[in-house]
Parts: sequence; structure tokens; C-alpha cells
Amino acid sequence: MGCGTSSSTKDRKSEKALKAALVIQNWYRGYSARLKARQRYALTIFQSIEYADEQGQLQLSNFFSFMLENYTQIHEKDPELVARLFGRTLQDSKDRQEYVSFVDVPDSYNGPRLQFPLTFTDIDLLVEAFKQQQILHAHYVLEVLFETKRVLKQMPNFTQVKTSPTKEITICGDLHGKLDDLFLIFYKNGLPSGSNSYIFNGDFVDRGKHSMEILMILFVSFLVYPNDLHLNRGNHEDFMMNLRYGFTKEILHKYKLHGKKILQILEDVYTWLPIGTIIDNEILVIHGGISESTDLNLLHRIERHKMKSVLMPPISIDEDQDTDLKKTKTGANVVPREGKTNESPSEQLPKHEWEQVVTVFSASNYYEEGSNRGAYIKLCCDMTPRFFQYQVTRATCLRPLYQRVNTMESSAIRILKERMLSRKTDLIRAFQLQDRSKSGKLSMGQWAFSMENTLGLNLPWRSLSPHLVTTDKNGNINYMSTFQDIHIQKPVKEAQSTLIETLYRYRSDLQIIFNVIDSDHSGLISMEEFRAMWKLFNSHYSIHIEDFQVDELAERMDLNKDGSIDFNEFLKAFYVVHKLEKLNKSDANLL
Amino acid sequence: MADDKEREGTELVVAEYHRKIKEAFEVFDHEANNTVDVRIKAGAFLPGLSSGVSREIGTIIRSLGCCPSEGELHDLIAEVEEEEPTGYIRYEKFLPVMTEVLLERRYRPIPEDTLLRAFEVLDSSKRGFLTREELIKYMTEEGEPFSQEEMEEMLSAAVDPESNSIHYKDYIAMMVVDES
Repeated sequence: MGCGTSSSTKDRKSEKALKAALVIQNWYRGYSARLKARQRYALTIFQSIEYADEQGQLQLSNFFSFMLENYTQIHEKDPELVARLFGRTLQDSKDRQEYVSFVDVPDSYNGPRLQFPLTFTDIDLLVEAFKQQQILHAHYVLEVLFETKRVLKQMPNFTQVKTSPTKEITICGDLHGKLDDLFLIFYKNGLPSGSNSYIFNGDFVDRGKHSMEILMILFVSFLVYPNDLHLNRGNHEDFMMNLRYGFTKEILHKYKLHGKKILQILEDVYTWLPIGTIIDNEILVIHGGISESTDLNLLHRIERHKMKSVLMPPISIDEDQDTDLKKTKTGANVVPREGKTNESPSEQLPKHEWEQVVTVFSASNYYEEGSNRGAYIKLCCDMTPRFFQYQVTRATCLRPLYQRVNTMESSAIRILKERMLSRKTDLIRAFQLQDRSKSGKLSMGQWAFSMENTLGLNLPWRSLSPHLVTTDKNGNINYMSTFQDIHIQKPVKEAQSTLIETLYRYRSDLQIIFNVIDSDHSGLISMEEFRAMWKLFNSHYSIHIEDFQVDELAERMDLNKDGSIDFNEFLKAFYVVHKLEKLNKSDANLL
Repeated sequence: MADDKEREGTELVVAEYHRKIKEAFEVFDHEANNTVDVRIKAGAFLPGLSSGVSREIGTIIRSLGCCPSEGELHDLIAEVEEEEPTGYIRYEKFLPVMTEVLLERRYRPIPEDTLLRAFEVLDSSKRGFLTREELIKYMTEEGEPFSQEEMEEMLSAAVDPESNSIHYKDYIAMMVVDES
């Protein structure tokens, strides 16, 4: 009952509390670390697949080169096809008035109305309107595009810019249709103006849902402040990339009536965007960076508007002019991969650390909510550049980390599984090769090896395995469980699995090819065109599908029996069903 | 014969551990040069941390299933760090040490019921919950105290916004499900 006893009780109590606290802290730190590792794995998956996709683009671009090289042979067989494929030029003769005047703005239209010549009021107008989710009428879109093209045409390949102690310049990287990021930049850094210069270094569009709105804000700002808002062409300012990565879809969806017109003009506007910007004669700002073989003198000289697409070789009738273009092609085709985020905190970097090349990327949450931050750079004269980072969040307060990680992880696993599914036949073959005893099981090492080799993805397979396959009590993998809760929905029941799988695997490439053939954007191609294209595709990609199988499938897809195929419907039909979750078709953004 | 088989078995196990460790290391190896930052500042890929210091090597070790205390982690890092600390850890040094840790099954994770009992100890009046202030007090003043970020991170998931308290049984259950 004396002091001694109560103090020892107290001691024991506080010792117990200490131990308890230690247990909880220890557990929490372990848990938190595992969360972060999961997040990092998800990011690795996104990056690997994106990288693999870029390699895929290379293959497509080679396909077009192959076709061009075999031009004469193809031409003999199918002159019309060739004309459609390679004869894409905008009828420059078409009067702008013709286009724009045909598009009336109804009185009932509640969206923003631009007034030409444009002023800063129009920039504000657009920003406010887009914040309210309004859509700019096609009439104004077309006007802006025409006017932008007219001004861009007068510019050289590289814009020369000077800074001064009182005039800094802000450089932004990829935005990829993420309007919220642009708004955040403007909020933090101010709208563009005569005293607030910006360089936007390409990739304004594709992937995000508001590519059109970003483009309109940037173009209008450019028209109002042509000496202070500088735009560089990125590899996504390209009609073929747009076909694959979503901008074309966005346009046709938002502008059901006039979308096709917009696409046609846009294709041309892209080619007039400058290649890069040079600051104070010292700093080159260019999308995709440079390589050892970059020759600035050459780049200054080339006729940039002839480069229709990164994927398509530049075509011109004049042989002499061709040589310069051909030289640039090798550089322009292989777009070096960009780093995703600037990892510096918002403070000044010592000069030696930034000597040569800096990469800036401005689309936060690029892969998925929570995946990364965005950044921009402020530069001035001889002063060291300053970096600013930010991240858009949808809610007013951040969701708990584990929820964000879960979102990222499910998203990543989902696309990984779809990838695995698109190579199902090859994977099974690889598994069976290693499974001599035909037990249906492989060791972890054998399974990981097969996955890595077949898919060509450098991923932490062992750590990912619990999400992808089932394991028996000895730690061996039941490899067929790789495909257990996922399958490709067959558009036609009788079609053979390998055929379906192949078409699913190449659907992005096929979509681009079909869209290229379909120069009038009707959505339809003829059976003969389909067959001709397929034959070429087949041989170039070394696919082992019999012609008759494709014929059969094509006939079944020709629902109208009028000899034409609605290929968008055709390709849309190949979607993946994840048995364990409700499929949201609008999420099938790979198509 | 049995010895050979046993040795072969251990070799296979070690080989698998090596690959597992390599995977975990590579995922954090930003510059793909076989080194990992001992400490990182404002990691761009870790939006949960807005500032302050985190330890990538600690994350790697814990992601491999081990649960060292901060003190044990500190000692482990000292083992794998360069003689003259550059701030980077080389894979060649990390691999053998980590393999030993896995083989010896060191730093085993806390079982669920031990964790529950720990919360119950802190909840001396046996209410079934801890208030926000109580949790903060214990986590930031006792044991190996949390940093402000760690505290905020834990609170964001653990606190029930209506009662502003932590119903630890539910919280534990939720975390366990999340990890399975």
C-alpha cells in the first residue's frame, strides 16, 4: 500500500505500454512498407507495358515503311488502296470560309462564344467555360484551327526566345489531355500573357479525357500571345497516334456532326507545329529529347509540314527534297522514352546537377490516381532553373494510402492480365515446354522465366505471382490458373480461339491501319480492302492465320451483307471479360 | 546421399531467395545501376510522403516479409552500407546479408492476436477503442516514435470520422483483409 508498490505497478504499467507501442509501431511500419512496395510494383507494371507498347509502334511504323517500299507491287494489284493509303493530303484549295460557314452556331448554344480577332478575354472565357464542363462549338474549333494553321505556317522550325531578368519563362511537359493539371499550373503560375511566357513541349493530347479543351486553350492563348506562348510538336500531335491513344475517339464523341471535319484540319495543323524552341541561344527545348545523331542544322532546314506522322514515312513526289526528309526519319521515328517525373523538390538545383538534359512531365496521376506528380520549370537568363511539383487530387482530402494503392494495384494487374491473355497460346506453349511430366505445375523459377520470355516484360514476377496464379502447398505453380478468371469475349461463337487471340492482340495496330485506309472516316471499308490489308499484315507480322479463316470471320462481321465492314464495331467486339469484376466497357480504353 | 539432397535443397532455396531479393531491389533501383538510395527526399512516386526522410532499403527489407524494429533496421543498414557512407547501398553487399536474414527467418512479422493484445493494453479501460489523442500520444511519445508523416498516414486510415476514435479491432481486420 506504500509508495514502493504503487510506483512498481506504475513501472510495470508503463513498461507494458512501451512494449505495446513497440508492437504496434513495428507492425505499422512493416505494413506501410509493403503498401509502398505494392505501389512501386504497380508503377513498374504500367511503365513496362507502356514501354512494350512503344516497341509495338515501331513494328507498325516498319509495316508502313514496308508497304511504301513495296508500293509498286501493291499498286499493281490494288491501285485504289494505295491511293487511299498514301494520298492523304488536305485539299488546301478548300476555302476556309467553306468549312466554317457551313457550321452554324445555333441560338440555343450555351457554350463559350469566341470573338475574332481573339483577345485575353477569350482565354478567360474558355477557362471558365471548361471548368463548367462546357464544350466549345465545332464552329469555333474550326475557326481556331484554321487561324492557328495560318499563323504557324509563318514560323520557322525552331522558335527563338529570349529571357531577361524581369522575364522568366515557364516550361511545361506532357499534359496528355489532363485539363486539371493545366488548370493547376495556371492557378499556381498564372495565365499566359505578355509578361508570363510559356513553352508547352508537346503531347498536349491523347490518353486524358480533355485533349480538345487543352488544345483549344493552348491554341487560343497562342493566337492571342504569339510571342509569349510557344508550342512544340510532340509525338502525340499526330493523327495516327490519336487513333490509337484516344484523341480521335474523344473528338468523334464530342463532335458527332463535325468531328470528321475537325480531324481533317487537325491532321494538317499538327504538321505546322514547330519542332522546338531555343532559349537565349543556349537551351533547346524539344519533345523526345535528342540523340547522338541529332543534327540541328538539318532540322532547321527540313520541310516540317511533310512529316505527317511518326509512324508513317514522309512521302513526297520531289526526289531532291526527299533526301533531307529521309535523313530525319531515322531520328524522328524512334522516340526516345521520356522519364515520367522530375524527381527534384521545389528548390534550386546546384548547376552541375542539371548541366545537360532535363526531362519534364506535367501530367500528374498519369497512369492512375496517385501514380505520380507533375512538374514545370521556371527559367531565367543565367539563373538556375527552379522546379515546381504538384499533383491533382479529385477529392478535397486525400484518400487513405491503402485505398489509393489498391486502386493503382487493381488497375495495373488488370492490364497485365489482359496482356497475358493476348499471348495465351504462346504462354501455354512455353509452360508446356518446361512441364516435361505434364503435371500442370511448374516451379516458381520456371513459371517466372516463361512469363518474362514470352511477354518480354521485365517485371518482378515472383512478387506479383499471388495476384496472377494459384500455388499448391509445395510452392509450385498451377500454370493454367493464369487464365482462370479472364477470357476474351468471342464476337462470333464459332471463331477459332487462336484467331480471336491474334486479332485481340493486334487490335490497336489494325485499328490504325483500317482508319488510315478509311480516308473519308466513314467507318467502313470494303471486303476487298480488308482482305488485301490482311494479307499484307499477315506476311509482315508473320502471323500464322489462314486466309480462309479471316475471310470467314469477315463475312460473318458483314452484317449488312453489302460487302462492307464496320471495322470499329468489329474491333470493339474483342473485349476482355474479367470474371471477377463488372466490366465497364467505357474503361476499355486500350481500344 | 541424404546430405547431398539436403544441400541441393538448400541451394535451390538460396537461389530462389536470391531472385526474390533481386526483384525487390530492382524495383527500387531508380538508376538501374545496382544501387539503391539509403534515404530519399520527397519521392515522386510515393505521394504518401510529402517531405522528410524515408528509407528505401527499409522498405525493400520489409517488403520481403521481414519486420525489423527501427533499431534492428539501423543495425542492418550499417552492415550493408559502404565504409564511407555515400547514401547508396550496393546490391552486391546487400544480397548476402539479406539472404542470411531470410534463411535464418529473422524479424518475423507480428501475429494478428499479438497486435490486438497490444491495442488492448493501451486501451486500459477496455472500451474497445482508442481516442485520436491517445493514439497520437502513444505512437509519438513511446517506443520508437512515429514521425509526423507516419502518424498522419496511420490516422487517415484508422480513425473513424464519426466518432473520431480508432476502433482497433475493426481496423486490424481491415488491414488484414487488405493484405490477403
